[in-house]
Amino acid sequence: MTPQNTFADSGADLELAGISKRFPGFTAIEHLDLTIPAGSFFALLGPSGCGKTTTLRLVAGLEEPTTGQILIGGRDLTNTKPFQRPVNTVFQSYALFPHMTVLDNVAFGLRRRKMADPVGKAHEALRLVELDHLAGRKPLQLSGGQQQRVALARAVVNRPALLLLDEPLGALDLKLRRQMQLELKTIQNEVGLTFVHVTHDQEEAMTMADTVAVMNRGRIEQMGAPEDLYELPKTTFVANFLGQSNLFTGEITASTPTSISIGVSGRAIVVPKDRAEIHTGVVTIGVRPEKLNLLTEEPEARTGVNVIGPGRVIDVSFSGVSTQYVVAVPAVGDIIVFAQNMDFGPVVTVGAEVWMSWSVDHGFGLADSPELVTAEAGV
Amino acid sequence: MSAQEGLALGRAYASEPGDPRRRQRFTLGKWLLPLYCVLAFVFLLIPIVYTIAFSFNTQTGKSNISWSGFTLANWTGVCDQQDVCAAFGTSLLIGAIATVAATVLGTMIAIALVRYRFPFRSAVSLLIFLPMATPEVVMGAGLAAQFLSAGIPKGIGTIIIAHTLFCLSFVVVTVKARAASLDPALEEAGRDLYGSPFAVFSRITLPLLLPGIMAAALLSFSLSFDDFIITYFNSGTVQTFPTYIYISAQRGIPAQANVIASAVFVIAIAIVVISQLVTQSRRRRLTSARP
Amino acid sequence: MAIAAFAGNATAVDATPRRRSWVALFLLLPGLLYLVLFFIVPLVSLIITSLESQGLDGSFAYGFVVSNYTDSVSTFATQIWRSFGFALIATVIALLFSYPLAYFIGVTARRWPLLQSFMLILVIAPFFISFLLRTLAWKTILSDNGPVVTALQGLSLMGPQGHITGEPIAVVFGLTYNFIPFMCLPLYTTLERLDLRYLEASSDLYASGWATFRKVTIPLSLPGIVSGTLLTFIPAAGDYVNASQDFLGGTSSTMIGNVIQSNFLVQQNYPAAAALSIVLMFVILVIVSVYVRRSGTEDLL
Repeated sequence: MTPQNTFADSGADLELAGISKRFPGFTAIEHLDLTIPAGSFFALLGPSGCGKTTTLRLVAGLEEPTTGQILIGGRDLTNTKPFQRPVNTVFQSYALFPHMTVLDNVAFGLRRRKMADPVGKAHEALRLVELDHLAGRKPLQLSGGQQQRVALARAVVNRPALLLLDEPLGALDLKLRRQMQLELKTIQNEVGLTFVHVTHDQEEAMTMADTVAVMNRGRIEQMGAPEDLYELPKTTFVANFLGQSNLFTGEITASTPTSISIGVSGRAIVVPKDRAEIHTGVVTIGVRPEKLNLLTEEPEARTGVNVIGPGRVIDVSFSGVSTQYVVAVPAVGDIIVFAQNMDFGPVVTVGAEVWMSWSVDHGFGLADSPELVTAEAGV
Repeated sequence: MSAQEGLALGRAYASEPGDPRRRQRFTLGKWLLPLYCVLAFVFLLIPIVYTIAFSFNTQTGKSNISWSGFTLANWTGVCDQQDVCAAFGTSLLIGAIATVAATVLGTMIAIALVRYRFPFRSAVSLLIFLPMATPEVVMGAGLAAQFLSAGIPKGIGTIIIAHTLFCLSFVVVTVKARAASLDPALEEAGRDLYGSPFAVFSRITLPLLLPGIMAAALLSFSLSFDDFIITYFNSGTVQTFPTYIYISAQRGIPAQANVIASAVFVIAIAIVVISQLVTQSRRRRLTSARP
Repeated sequence: MAIAAFAGNATAVDATPRRRSWVALFLLLPGLLYLVLFFIVPLVSLIITSLESQGLDGSFAYGFVVSNYTDSVSTFATQIWRSFGFALIATVIALLFSYPLAYFIGVTARRWPLLQSFMLILVIAPFFISFLLRTLAWKTILSDNGPVVTALQGLSLMGPQGHITGEPIAVVFGLTYNFIPFMCLPLYTTLERLDLRYLEASSDLYASGWATFRKVTIPLSLPGIVSGTLLTFIPAAGDYVNASQDFLGGTSSTMIGNVIQSNFLVQQNYPAAAALSIVLMFVILVIVSVYVRRSGTEDLL
C-alpha cells in the first residue's frame, strides 16, 4: 500500500480531519481538525489526560480513530497499520529492545523494510547523536540521556515523513533536558523532518516548537507561534496553563472604537479591541505578572496605563533572577507581580502598601471567563 | 528465575541509603538467624544426602537400607535393573511431551491474558486457577472416572493428558508474570518500526518472553517427572519412575533407583546453578558498565 | 462457557476490539478447550459417579443416591478431620520454619547476591530429588533402628517400645518437610521485594524491632504468606503418600487421600471414592475462598 522501501524525501504535511476517539466510558478526543505543515516543529501541549498522547498514538496507528481521517502528505492512511505508515515514534519510556544491541535497535526498522546497508545507515544515525562508540552495548548499559538519543536515532534513521515524540524528555533531569532540547532542535534542522512533539512542559514546548497547540479536554484551545500564544492567550485555560496570568472579570463600562474597558474596584481597566476576543457583555481581561510595575505611591491617572490598588503585599519569594510578589487587593483578590532583581533583593517587604500599573497594550481580553469555565467543568 | 532477574535490576538501581544503620539494627539477630539457617539447610539436605549416599551402597538383599560398603557398580550398571531403566525412559518421554504441550498451550493463554481484552476474563482466570487449588487425588480420580466412563484404556496417552493438565496452569502463571512485566511500548515500537505482526512476535515478544517460557518448561518437566499421585490413578499397567518406586517400596527398592534419582538431581541443580551464574554475570556487566 | 462468552459478545463491540478478540480467541481456545475437556468434564463425571447406585451384582448404574455422600462422610469422618488437622499443623509448622529462612535469604542476604542465589538453590533442592525416595529416606532415618529413635531412647526421651514411623507425628513431619519449598519460595519472593525504607520509616516513628516486624514486615509480606500457606495446605490435605503404610503412615494415621485411593483403585467402589473427592474439593474451595477474602488478597487469584 505504502511505498515501503524508500525514504521520505522530506517531511510531509499531517492533516487530521474530524478525528474523534472514544474509549469505553470516556471520550479522549472530540472532533479534532488539525493541519501541521511539512518541515515544522509542532508541539502538542496540555495537562495529562487532555488527549495529546492519544492524538499521537492515532497518528502512529497504535490506536484507531472512532471517526475522522488521518492524511499524511495528502494520502489517507486512516486504515493502515502502524508498520505501513511513514511515521516513527520516540516513545516516552524509549521502548528500546533490551535484548538487542544499540546497533541492532537502530537497524531494526531498516531491516524490516529491507533497506540496503542497514548497518552502515545505523552507524550514521548513531554518529548523528554522537553515540556510535556505544553501538555494541545493550540499552540497559546506557544512561537515561544516552537511551533517549538511541531512541531518537532509531526513529530518525528511517527518515519518516513524520517523527512523533511522546514526552521523550520527561524522564531526564533538568540540565540534561535543556541540553537534549537543543540537540533535538539541531537534529530537526539537519534532517528537515516534520516533528510532532507531545509534552506537558510549557517551557519545553515554547523553547523547541515553531507552532504550539494547547490541548484541553480533547480539544485544541489555541494554536500558534509560542510568543503569540503567550502574549495573546484567547482562553482562561491557555492564560493559566501557559505561564501565569492576573485575570479581571467585569461588565463592559465603556467602549471606544479602538478599546473597551471594565470597572475593577472603582477603576477602569482598558484593553485594545484588537487584543480582545469579545467586545460586549461580561469580559475577562488579563495581564502577565512580569508586565506589572510595582509602585509604592499611587500613580497619576494617565491614558494608556491601567492602575490597580492599593493592595497589601502578603508574600515575597526571592528566586535569584527575579522576585515574585503576591499583593492582596480588596474586592479584587490576589495579584501576582514578577520583578527583575535590578537592585539587590526585593524592593518592598510583606505588609507594604502598593499599587500596580501596566501599559494598556499589554492586556488581553479572553473569549471566556474563569467563572464560566468552572461552571462548565461542573465543579 | 526471570522475575528475579528483573528484581535484581531494580535493586541495582535503588541506592542503598542508611546502609550502616541497617547493619547495626541486625546486631541482635546477627548470629542467631544465620545459625538457624545453617541448621535449616542441613535439615533440608538430609534425605538428599542419604539418597545420593545409598546410590553408592553395595546392595546385599532386595532392599537398600543398610550400609554395606562403597561401590560404583550401581552407577556403571544402572540398567542391570531393567525395570528401573524402562520406568525412567517412560518418565522422560512423558515429561518431554507433556512439557511441550503444556508450554505451548499455557504460553498462548498467558499472552492472551496480558495483552488482550476479552469478555468473561474472570471466568477464564478462575478456570486457570482451579486446577492449582484442586488436590491431586481429586484431579486424578476425576480423570480416571472420565477415562473409565468413556472406555479409554489407561496408558502412556492418559498419563500425558493428565500431566499436561496439571502443568498447564503453572505455565500460565509463570509466563504471565513475565509477560506482565514487559512494557507494551516495546511491541508498539516494533510495529512502529515497520515490523509486521509476525516479525514483532518472533523478534520482540518471543525473545523477551523466552526466560519465562524456559522457566515454565523446566518447572513443567520437573512436576511431570516427579508426579506420582495423578499418575498412579491413570497409568494402568504403564510404570513411570515414581510409580515404580511406589510399587517396589514394599519389597525393597534397588540402588539403581537411587542412582537415577541422584543423577536427575545433579543435572537439575547444574541447570539451575548455570542459569543463576549467567544471570549474575549479566547483572554485574550491566551495572558496572553503566556510566 | 468461554466459547459462549465470545459468541454472545462479538456483535456488541465495535470494529477494533472485535478484531482483537479474534486473536485472543485463537490464543485462548486450545488451552481453554483442554481445561474444559480434561478438568471441568472430569469434575462433572466425578459428580455423576458420586451419585451412582450399586446393583446387587456389584455393577454401578446412573442414579441420584445422595446417601453415597452421607454414608462415606460418616464412615470416614475421622480420616476427613485428620486430613485437615494434619494439613493445618503441617502448614503452620512449615510457615514458622520457613519465614526466618526466607527473611534471611530475601532481606539479610541482599547485599550478597551470590550467597542469596546459593541459598535459594538449597531451598528448592528437595524439589529435584524424587518425592517418593526422599520420603523413604526419612522412613529409614526415623525407623525403629534408625539414628533418631536410637538417640532418643539413649537419652531416655523415648520409651524402648516407642516408634516414630507409623505414628501421626511421622506423617505430619513428612507433610511438613515435603512442602517446605512451596512455603519458602512465595515468602522469599515477597520479602525480596520488601523496601527496607519502610522498616526504617517505622523505626523512625518510634516502633521497636518487634513492633516493626508485626506492623510492617508481616503485613507487607502477607501475599507471600497467603500463597505459601495455600500451596502447602492444599496438596497436604489431599496427600496420600506420606500417610501410606509403605511410607511414613500407619493404621492410626490414614488420611482422606488414602481412603479415596483405596476405594478407587483397590476396592473399586467408585461412587464412594468420587463422593469423598467431591467433599474434599468442596471443603478446600470453601476454605480457600474464605481465607483469601479474609486476608484481603483476592487479586492473587
